[in-house]
Amino acid sequence: MSCTTNPSALIRSPFHQFHIEHGAKMVEFAGWEMPMLYGSIIQEHRQVRRSGGIFDVSHMGRLRFTGPDALRFLDLVCTRRIDGMADGQCRYSILCNERGGCRDDTLVYRLGADEYLMVCNAANRLKLLDHFQQTRGDLSFDLSDETMDTAMLAIQGPKVIELIGAFAPAVRSLKRYRFLRMAVLGVQITISRTGYSGEDGVEVILPAPLASGAISLLVSNVDSDDAVVKPAGLGARDTLRTESAMPLYGHEITEEIDPLSAGLNFAVTLEKGDDRSEVGHFIGQEALNMIAGKGPPQRLVGLILNGKRTARQGMAVLRGDIPIGRVTSACLSPTLGRPIAMAYLNAKFAEPGGSVQIELARTTEAAEVVKLPFYKAR
Amino acid sequence: MPSPTACRFSETHEWHHLDGDVVTLGITQYAADELTDVTYVEMKPLGSNIVPGDSVGEVESVKTTSEVYSAVGGEIVDVNRALSDDPSMVNSDPFSAGWLVKIRTSDPSPLDGLMDHAAYEQRFSVKK
Repeated sequence: MSCTTNPSALIRSPFHQFHIEHGAKMVEFAGWEMPMLYGSIIQEHRQVRRSGGIFDVSHMGRLRFTGPDALRFLDLVCTRRIDGMADGQCRYSILCNERGGCRDDTLVYRLGADEYLMVCNAANRLKLLDHFQQTRGDLSFDLSDETMDTAMLAIQGPKVIELIGAFAPAVRSLKRYRFLRMAVLGVQITISRTGYSGEDGVEVILPAPLASGAISLLVSNVDSDDAVVKPAGLGARDTLRTESAMPLYGHEITEEIDPLSAGLNFAVTLEKGDDRSEVGHFIGQEALNMIAGKGPPQRLVGLILNGKRTARQGMAVLRGDIPIGRVTSACLSPTLGRPIAMAYLNAKFAEPGGSVQIELARTTEAAEVVKLPFYKAR
Repeated sequence: MPSPTACRFSETHEWHHLDGDVVTLGITQYAADELTDVTYVEMKPLGSNIVPGDSVGEVESVKTTSEVYSAVGGEIVDVNRALSDDPSMVNSDPFSAGWLVKIRTSDPSPLDGLMDHAAYEQRFSVKK
């Protein structure tokens, strides 16, 4: 056993007191002190699949773009078309480098024709701000980093819409990837029907000073055994998104991996700017068109392992004795009761049904290539 | 099963309890909490001979895989098979139902160099 201790001087979320009061084990994550779990990752995972969980995601970056050229700029840095979104709509996109590698993945909210919000990964926020300053040229828009002024919660699970709908009825008819802004007891909040768990649910952005008071408006009785919604930490967030095969920066997507290899074709408008003069090409578009033309040499696949052992990021995947790929994420799936992994494999071996081996520390374990995701909400 | 105060503790978070010439070994509550939910335990097979400081096997959790080390050498004479059905006992009851392995040793003296319970608690007290 080796254990690490948590360094101090980390950024604390506006919900810090809530975490401590609920017995969270706090860990360092991308410069923030965040809850890993409140008791059991597996129980928190099951609570989300069965009913609901509340996650503090205040560490995610929240960047606001305002001005006449905000849309043009977003269409320059986002792989997916931002032009044509409706007010109140969210859209998932990738941000690429010139080589077609992923700088980050993001959710863009259209607040108005000249006003957008971008939610990005905590670890990439400063990198993206730097990138945006270098690429904005003379485009006319304001970029403000609202991460520290706001807080963010993800409330996820099959019973969440009913619960939130009780005090915000408009949420019941909110479509997926749409959001609304509303005042609750004088607090301006943004509620989107989005998430990172594979379940239905919402994400809520609210002013930081009001966060700790507002959390009790959104959820109550979280400590009772039959609570509809209970606190869940980063541990469960990771196992939930892994079962649902949602990519995580640093694992399935990196600066060296393009979104087409990751199977994120839906988030890439390869023909952007080809047909409409007001929308230009996006950064990385040429590289991605080259990759699309030849076909990506590697593909993201799902693996289900025989036995009970869990693979880890970076472990080699073999066919016979030949390395054909590498594991990006893995866990014992609480829903399937079996070890699952995502891995990049040589495209030749990426077809579902194939047999491979994973090189664990002392042994190899057989695994089957399967179609992603591992789990889909009914 | 041993009370923590009757155990000797390593820097790497194993507890050792000597009874006659058999040392029962497990990981501490602190270590179990650090690992998070334990999902799988694989100890070396019965009859394996180890020297002091050797790994006796691995504990896997949702977050990580970790080696478990024995301060004493000897022969592995028992492993906790109940953990294959319910590895979460390592989290919920690490000093009793969650024990890992028993080692018959002819030389328990390395235990003298380990921490007692008070020293371990002081070093690795759970910060709240």
